[in-house]
Amino acid sequence: MTSIDHLVTTGRGQTKFVEGKLGTAVREGVKFAALMFCLSIPILLLRIDSDIDHKPFLQLRWTWPLLAAAIGFLVRFGGLALASTGTKISSKINWHIPPSLSRYFATAGLVFLVLYPLLMLALVGRAGSIKWIDNFGIQVMIYVMLGWGLNIVVGLAGLLDLGYVAFYAVGAYSYALLSTVVIPLYVPWLSPWAFWVCLPMAGLLAGVWGILLGLPVLRLRGDYLAIVTLAFGEIIRLVLINWTDVTKGYAGISGIPRPSFFGLPFTAADNGFAARFGLEFTPLHRTIFLFYVILALALLTNWVSMRLRRLPVGRAWEALREDEIACRSLGINTTNTKLTAFAIGASFAGMAGSFFAARQNFISPESFTFNESAVILAAVVLGGMGSQLGVAIAAFAMVGGTEILRELDWLKAIFGNNFDPTQYRMLIFGFGMVALMIWKPRGLIGTREPSLFIAEKKSISGDLVKEGHG
Amino acid sequence: MPKDAVPLLHVEHMSMRFGGLVAVDDLSFIASEGEITALIGPNGAGKTTVFNCITGFYKPTSGRMALVGGGAGADEVAAVTQSGRRYVRETNGKSVFLLERMPDFQIAAEAKVARTFQNIRLFAGMTVLENLIVAQHNALMAASGFTIYGLFGVRSYRSAEARAVQLAKYWLDKAGLMNRADDPAGDLPYGAQRRLEIVRAMCTGPRLLCLDEPAAGLNPRESADLNALLRLISREHSTSILLIEHDMSVVMEISDHVIVLEYGIKISDGSPEDVRKDPRVIAAYLGVEDEEIEVAEQVVAELIR
Repeated sequence: MTSIDHLVTTGRGQTKFVEGKLGTAVREGVKFAALMFCLSIPILLLRIDSDIDHKPFLQLRWTWPLLAAAIGFLVRFGGLALASTGTKISSKINWHIPPSLSRYFATAGLVFLVLYPLLMLALVGRAGSIKWIDNFGIQVMIYVMLGWGLNIVVGLAGLLDLGYVAFYAVGAYSYALLSTVVIPLYVPWLSPWAFWVCLPMAGLLAGVWGILLGLPVLRLRGDYLAIVTLAFGEIIRLVLINWTDVTKGYAGISGIPRPSFFGLPFTAADNGFAARFGLEFTPLHRTIFLFYVILALALLTNWVSMRLRRLPVGRAWEALREDEIACRSLGINTTNTKLTAFAIGASFAGMAGSFFAARQNFISPESFTFNESAVILAAVVLGGMGSQLGVAIAAFAMVGGTEILRELDWLKAIFGNNFDPTQYRMLIFGFGMVALMIWKPRGLIGTREPSLFIAEKKSISGDLVKEGHG
Repeated sequence: MPKDAVPLLHVEHMSMRFGGLVAVDDLSFIASEGEITALIGPNGAGKTTVFNCITGFYKPTSGRMALVGGGAGADEVAAVTQSGRRYVRETNGKSVFLLERMPDFQIAAEAKVARTFQNIRLFAGMTVLENLIVAQHNALMAASGFTIYGLFGVRSYRSAEARAVQLAKYWLDKAGLMNRADDPAGDLPYGAQRRLEIVRAMCTGPRLLCLDEPAAGLNPRESADLNALLRLISREHSTSILLIEHDMSVVMEISDHVIVLEYGIKISDGSPEDVRKDPRVIAAYLGVEDEEIEVAEQVVAELIR
């Protein structure tokens, strides 16, 4: 270990490349390569395939572990050689995005989003743009909205919630059941407006569930809170699977009505949207409309949480994240403060869920697995807890990145026809997360903007801001 | 204690046990309105436990802690105790708060008892100004119509917020932190953090301010600043102060009334001059000579009995 320490110290202090250091770097590189080789033997060397008679046989792929060893050598040797020349690879990048720049970026992003459907129409035409607006645009915006909603709970109040998808499910099933069962049965005249009536109700119901979850977990902190919220997410999903009388279990609920254009359905009929506005009927109208609906909902989430941050309740959330005991000593009712965070965060998930159900036309418990919670939480953590812009960027990268990988067909020309870039999605995200945790441990935008100021607004370094302990 | 002092806090027969350990044993004392009462004693004497009981962070095993106002006397306290209520605030201004029945945040919000901590507890990632605004949470929350008015930026809320900033500015000025208002609290030097914690507690508008070792770790100059701040709080804001302190210069200089604890038992209670001369206090602080151990043990035995 002394040789490494030596290298590190010279890397900091000197800029001269010393002959002896190269030898150390080679030695370290070889050690590292040997380690990589040994580690990769069980994973990469052995492969069991089946022949034509479906009999398994063992295949040895010697090139794979050798390749891994070579990469290991290059990384280790390169890193040490670079360090000994004095090139500083900073362990933490302290780049700081000034508020004016991030505001500029946010405005540009907003303009882009508003123009996005038209841009896609112009670029890829009618047939191609449905995919880009629906699979890409709407999908990403749902996660941006969920990320912003979870940001209230995790980023502002510092309560680690691993079961956020439960509220998304509550919202989705609320809309599905209300619009397919309750409204046709009791208030059929309301059905053209079903989505618009159910949207706030779904939010409200999810908010109630947020409080129901919040009540028992109020005393829990940190890991305990995380485990209970995780369990809560699973309980909701299991109830959805097993309560077949109501939810139809795995079969899911189909025929969920689509949102109308404020009462006008998107159909080819005479009372439809296209006929009323004298347009030629195309399913694209609905897709574009849905995009603007989710954009508006996401922006509502953003507006409300930005606004709440500057209100006593939002400051109490952040104070709670910083120090709960100090909050209590100042007369803040921490119980209520936590419950409002859970309820408001949950109601945005509920609204997103009801939009999801309306857009999919079909929902089943499969859509509400822990994986969804993990993706949303990852977006919040990678984006920088508490930062609206960071969370949005991270959600774009995580969800949009997956969709873009599907489009990288040209990679097949390089890696052969069997190459499917989407299979490497998790690997790429894994690398991305590790890189971010090394260089930006507080997320993309780890600084905190104060909610009010006297003379000058100064960003607060993420090192001072606490993550909260549940 | 001078004859004309009006009692504010009655602590009666308070005991606190943690399993087999008796941290505070049958403690009774009175803190008077407008006075600085100091609670001193060697390490482990139970001073912070007393504080945690008064501010609701611990529930005492037994005893009564009544905070009174508006001239409420023993009869009113007895009546509230009988009624089973946590506190009573009558229209004629008389009020009785039974602290042992109230949860911690309610003690701060209703009974108006504010405190600071031995290991400073600031909101490090928030600015100095934000720390002082969070302290005014309850008033602002009501002004924001429990968030609804605030969400739409109603003028009454905005003016309430402006008033809150004015109050914060007043205290920033008194604590000498005006030029650090927009800096994160975690960036302040130690002495400034101590002062900030005190003025943050003052922003809640307390009747009783409990300070847990405010001078710990301060240099002589910071210590003098602190004394001036505490005197200002006591004289100009009719806020009574209950103080735990090891620094005898602070205690003797500013306090009106001193209570000495040792092993959870009160060994002395009186003016600083009286306490300074009390042989039991001297024995507790300086230890006793070998030949006096027996005498000291007798004294302790008497006290326990």
